[in-house]
Amino acid sequence: MNYFPDEVLEHVFDFLTSHRDRNAVSLVCSLWYRVERFSRQRVFIGNCYAISPEKLITRFPGLKSLTLKGKPHFADFNLVPYDWGGYVQPWIEALAKSRIGLEELRLKRMVVSDDSLELLSRSFANFKTLVLVSCEGFTTDGLAAIAANCRFLRELDLQENEIDDHSGHWLSCFPDSCTSLTSLNFACLKGEINLASLERLVARSPNLRSLRLNRAVPLETLQKILMRAPLLVDLGTGSYVHDPDSETYNKLKTTILKCKSIRNLSGFLEVAPRCLPAIFPICLNLTSLNLSYAAGIHGSELIKLIRHCAKLQRLWILDCIGDKGLEVVASTCNELQELRVFPSDPFGVGHDAVTENGLVAISIGCPKLHSLLYFCQQMTNAALITVARNCPNFIRFRLCILDPTRPDPVTMKPLDDGFGAIVQSCKLLRRLSLSGLLTDQVFLYIGMYAEQLEMLSVAFAGDSDKGMLYVLNGCKKLRKLEIRDCPFGNMALLSDVGKYETMRSLWMSSCEVTLWGCKTLAKVMPRLNVEIINEHDQMEICAEDGQRVEKMYLYRTLVGPRKDAPEFVWNL
Amino acid sequence: MERCMALGKELNLEATELRLGLPGIKESEKQPSSTIKSNKRSFPNMDEKSCGSKDSFKASQAQKCNQEIASPAKAQVVGWPPVRSYRKNCFQAKTMEGAEAASGYVKVSLDGAPYLRKIDLKVYKGYPELLKALEDMFKFSVGEYSESEGYNNGSEFVPTYEDKDGDWMLVGDVPWDMFISSCKRLRIMKGSEARGLGCAV
Repeated sequence: MNYFPDEVLEHVFDFLTSHRDRNAVSLVCSLWYRVERFSRQRVFIGNCYAISPEKLITRFPGLKSLTLKGKPHFADFNLVPYDWGGYVQPWIEALAKSRIGLEELRLKRMVVSDDSLELLSRSFANFKTLVLVSCEGFTTDGLAAIAANCRFLRELDLQENEIDDHSGHWLSCFPDSCTSLTSLNFACLKGEINLASLERLVARSPNLRSLRLNRAVPLETLQKILMRAPLLVDLGTGSYVHDPDSETYNKLKTTILKCKSIRNLSGFLEVAPRCLPAIFPICLNLTSLNLSYAAGIHGSELIKLIRHCAKLQRLWILDCIGDKGLEVVASTCNELQELRVFPSDPFGVGHDAVTENGLVAISIGCPKLHSLLYFCQQMTNAALITVARNCPNFIRFRLCILDPTRPDPVTMKPLDDGFGAIVQSCKLLRRLSLSGLLTDQVFLYIGMYAEQLEMLSVAFAGDSDKGMLYVLNGCKKLRKLEIRDCPFGNMALLSDVGKYETMRSLWMSSCEVTLWGCKTLAKVMPRLNVEIINEHDQMEICAEDGQRVEKMYLYRTLVGPRKDAPEFVWNL
Repeated sequence: MERCMALGKELNLEATELRLGLPGIKESEKQPSSTIKSNKRSFPNMDEKSCGSKDSFKASQAQKCNQEIASPAKAQVVGWPPVRSYRKNCFQAKTMEGAEAASGYVKVSLDGAPYLRKIDLKVYKGYPELLKALEDMFKFSVGEYSESEGYNNGSEFVPTYEDKDGDWMLVGDVPWDMFISSCKRLRIMKGSEARGLGCAV
């Protein structure tokens, strides 16, 4: 390959789109490293503290698209205090100062301020795509800056962010000259929207293919928007409430018939079930349906809707669908690949949620299923064994029993054998979340069989350090391990310290690890950041080494301890 | 597990253990429970070095053990079930709407009016009182209610309400108590939309 000019190498590398492939290629030799780095346009950084913006810019001067993830995954569940970190500001500042022509920015679990958004909007003339998932720290004023200043904006996609909504005006900030929008998702905004501005924006965006509205957009406006955008592929309704005998509703029915391209449907944040028949004609074309925020659709209305959706590949619903409803899904949606069943009452105590029966039915009717997130009342080993046999193609398997240490209710045994069957049968499994009563045995199975496992989430499981050791020793491809409330301690933590440099991160909270264990690890592994989160002054500065650590988060890094850690985060 | 039990004996945890039954009676079988406590924890093997102060460490472990034995059946655990806060907040808002309605106050809107009003349903004893109050408040009339035809004095106004399921219902169909417990908000519909929802025209 040394005989090829650089341009040829570069052309070959153009065909490599996955960042893992490009990372691998850059390790071959210094020539390849050089050619690869100058031609790389998309970079994925799974932990924003693993590298610095300056190093990123130096290595990849041609950067156009950046994806960054900030807080640890358990931050989603309130286990990480508010100002832990994950700020995007230093990244935007550094990129703005450089000559990088950033076009796309995708952030997950990061803190984004209005100032950051303002700076972003002013610094990159060709900025096209902004995707924010599970972020916080900004208001609609920041969105106004993006709307006003990004002249060629194509995508503004806000998913499940906590945004301070100052209402109304940001949509009006898109100038009349902005006609490039292809994707607009503001479903997570809680405030009012200027409906006239929205209609005008849609009217002048001929390339709009994805539109997800918030609760403030009524059905009348939806109808008018769909008239202007019959080529939509992805639609999220806002408030879907009206009198089914009204003229408006009849107009909607006619309009929807023209929307033959819709493949993804979501929303129904407020819904009048008697208005659902209007969407039946497009249900047959749907490949993706997200009703996980549609608490107003349940029982027979929900089932009637599902029966129209024979081509579904992805379905997100609430557990009020019940086992019976899942049987309908199983008989109707034979192409299903991804299923998520969320709890409709996250604090609930035994209402009609789903059980193992629903999952078994799904496994029989949907053999192509490869991704599952399933919140349920209970699970049995027998059911898991059946599911493992029926669906050997699982890539992601996340089971969450609402009572986290519940055994098999039929045999009263732990669920070790059930999960063991899953990992043994599903040879491509990359992500696994466990729950229920579990002993060290389940970890033995995981270490033995889960060869492709990259991410494991464990809670209230195991008996001893052996559990964690089985996993660390067995899962060669493990990248992310997050553990809470398990009896794993220093012995497991320190048994193979080199392992952590092959992983992105390890989270352990409410386990048996002590300050001594963490300090020892930090001393031996300088390229790990070992952070202790010390809330509520649990530990004094002169804490005794024997004291248990409540929350530890460690990750590999090339740039040493971070400088933006708050007082309660100690880097050892 | 053995060390835990040995430690337990040392600190006489048995004496303070909460259980059903008379004191002095030994439970022969440990019932498997669905509680949150991790009753299978064992202490890690530790060096002298790692223990720092053995006494304080043992004490904190024992305290935890004690707490676990006494923990309530369904304590709410932080971060469980693992649902994103955004989603939890959405559903909490929904249940709070319901709670507000349970307090009696609901919003009332009249189609075409510039602003909404709020009334306390609990103040009224039945439909006639409620309807009279609405008529006075908004200066309109609904006429007589009949099961088969709804409101039929030829008025263009029809009182409707949103129930817990999000459906829009005609006021008057269900018993009063059922109505006030399921009514989330009131809307006085006007004109063509009122047709079909119980206005004989």
